[in-house]
Amino acid sequence: MSETQTTADVDSEPAETSDQQSFLSVFARTVRNDRLALVGTIGLGITIFVAVFGPFVLPHDPTATNLDQMNQAPSFVHPFGTDRYGRDILARVALGARTSLIVAFVGVAVAAGVGVTLGAIAGYYEGLLGEGIMRFADTIFSFPALLLALAMVAIMGQNWYNVIIAVGVVYWPIFARITRGSVLSVKDEEFVQAARSIGESDFRIIGSEILPNITAPIIVQGTISMAVAILLESALSFLGLGVPPPDPSWGRMLADSRQFMTHAPWWTIAPGLAIMFTVLNLNFVGDALRDALDPHQGDEMEATR
Amino acid sequence: MKRYVVKRIAQYVPVMFGVTLIAFLLINVAGGDPVRTMLGTEASEEQVQMIREDLGLDQPLYVRYFDWLGDVLSGDLGTSIMYGQPVSDLIVQTLPVTFWLAGGALLVSIFIGIPAGIVSATRRNTKFDSGATIAAYSGIAIPNFFLGILLILVFAEYLRVLPASGFVSPLADPIQGIRHLILPWIALGTAQAAIVMRYMRSSLLEVMDQQYVEVARSKGLVPALIQNKHSIMNALIPTVTIIGINLGYLLGGSIVIEEIFALPGFGRLALNGVLNRDFLILQGVLLVTAFLFTTVNFVVDILYTYLDPRIRYE
Repeated sequence: MSETQTTADVDSEPAETSDQQSFLSVFARTVRNDRLALVGTIGLGITIFVAVFGPFVLPHDPTATNLDQMNQAPSFVHPFGTDRYGRDILARVALGARTSLIVAFVGVAVAAGVGVTLGAIAGYYEGLLGEGIMRFADTIFSFPALLLALAMVAIMGQNWYNVIIAVGVVYWPIFARITRGSVLSVKDEEFVQAARSIGESDFRIIGSEILPNITAPIIVQGTISMAVAILLESALSFLGLGVPPPDPSWGRMLADSRQFMTHAPWWTIAPGLAIMFTVLNLNFVGDALRDALDPHQGDEMEATR
Repeated sequence: MKRYVVKRIAQYVPVMFGVTLIAFLLINVAGGDPVRTMLGTEASEEQVQMIREDLGLDQPLYVRYFDWLGDVLSGDLGTSIMYGQPVSDLIVQTLPVTFWLAGGALLVSIFIGIPAGIVSATRRNTKFDSGATIAAYSGIAIPNFFLGILLILVFAEYLRVLPASGFVSPLADPIQGIRHLILPWIALGTAQAAIVMRYMRSSLLEVMDQQYVEVARSKGLVPALIQNKHSIMNALIPTVTIIGINLGYLLGGSIVIEEIFALPGFGRLALNGVLNRDFLILQGVLLVTAFLFTTVNFVVDILYTYLDPRIRYE
């Protein structure tokens, strides 16, 4: 039962460091050893499959209204029931999975790109530049993520790009902190000094000596951030400032269903469970990987705050 | 220690400065022309120009920023277009509601999270521990608005034991006040309780593995005593900082929870400002939340060094 892996459990395993093993092999081992990681991987696989193929495979058109079939309870024909326009809720939840996964994935990729770059610079060039970057990160971090994202979408305009940019802006500081911490810890290692002594440029040292050594913690943080980003995207949609209609999103389905909640609760419950399912699985995978790669990483992140 | 405090102040001041800069630039640059937004597309170019000069918007950006910063520092956040009232008044009126909400949610998170974390850690790998772990994962994964809606559905619509919406000040009517806040407290506090529980569990496990606990054990101290006196106090210290960080989630979460439960608080004010493009409200709300968050965390960090002198910051 390694899902509740602790410091003691990990210390008793053979000592390995993350740069001696490929990420995929760690992933494979984690899934083999950790039941929650296995559950999470399968669950994520299902979500991605539904998002990619669901709209082609499912029998009902997510936008087809059918006024004879309004607010129908779950049945064999409509496993999740229908909404007030008679649209099939399963088909809409499947299409909503696309929205959530795309916004979360691309948004977190933007956050990681910006955060890793700025964090690497801040770690490599300590002093005024590094301090300035980290204070900028602290500044962004001091706004509640939902409030800042809402403000950005409201001000810059409600569309896919701005929702994704808002996710990227809100979450880059965490990547910058992790990257800076990792760069600081490997900067004075021999292999970096060796590269410096043979006259390699700073850019090359950061790009080809330092960054490859810190991809694992970045991927772990990316997984965990995607879970948070899905919650953020659905909250934005719930409040009316997510991806604009007609593209369905889980958050807006929940908001639309609220006034019908007493006589058509399935309309509320289906997208809510879809969000929970996705976030749960991302966290299972992310936490298991973090424990497998470095059991102390989480604590360090807090201590450097 | 003194050096750390000085260093921490040297971080706090630029961050607060950055907060004002972002709040200013978001509204004045990212938002396009504020006068145009205010007057709509029908206004003529002359009208726009007139108002712009009237408001001093024809000045260079940095002049406007420092003018505005002077106003903010003297407590003037401008007047809301939507409410026709000073933004600072609106914030002062709505903050108490949010303090009731966030304060109660914080207590929920502490009184569920810390005991559950302690029991989980001391009975590691038991059924309780697995159950609490799954519950914590679910608590983190459930969106607070979904939980809020489910709570309304069950307790207000089906069972009809608690009100679905509205705010009564617990100072005016304690019973009704608390009845109206129970569901919002649970909806907002559950995820935080889960985070506090996970954090308490892992920091207690770490402390329990450390040497001085071993020493206490080898001296023949009763295990329960070791747990109480040595481990728990030390494990609580890092948990305090997570509670400071949680304040940000609570303030952000209050936007959603106040909307669902129709609480006339600060989060609802923020949402109304956003949805109605009343940018001065939005600006005021951004400033106040960031100020609260940064200040609370600053204070927590300073307290932390007094609570735990072992901490050495880089």
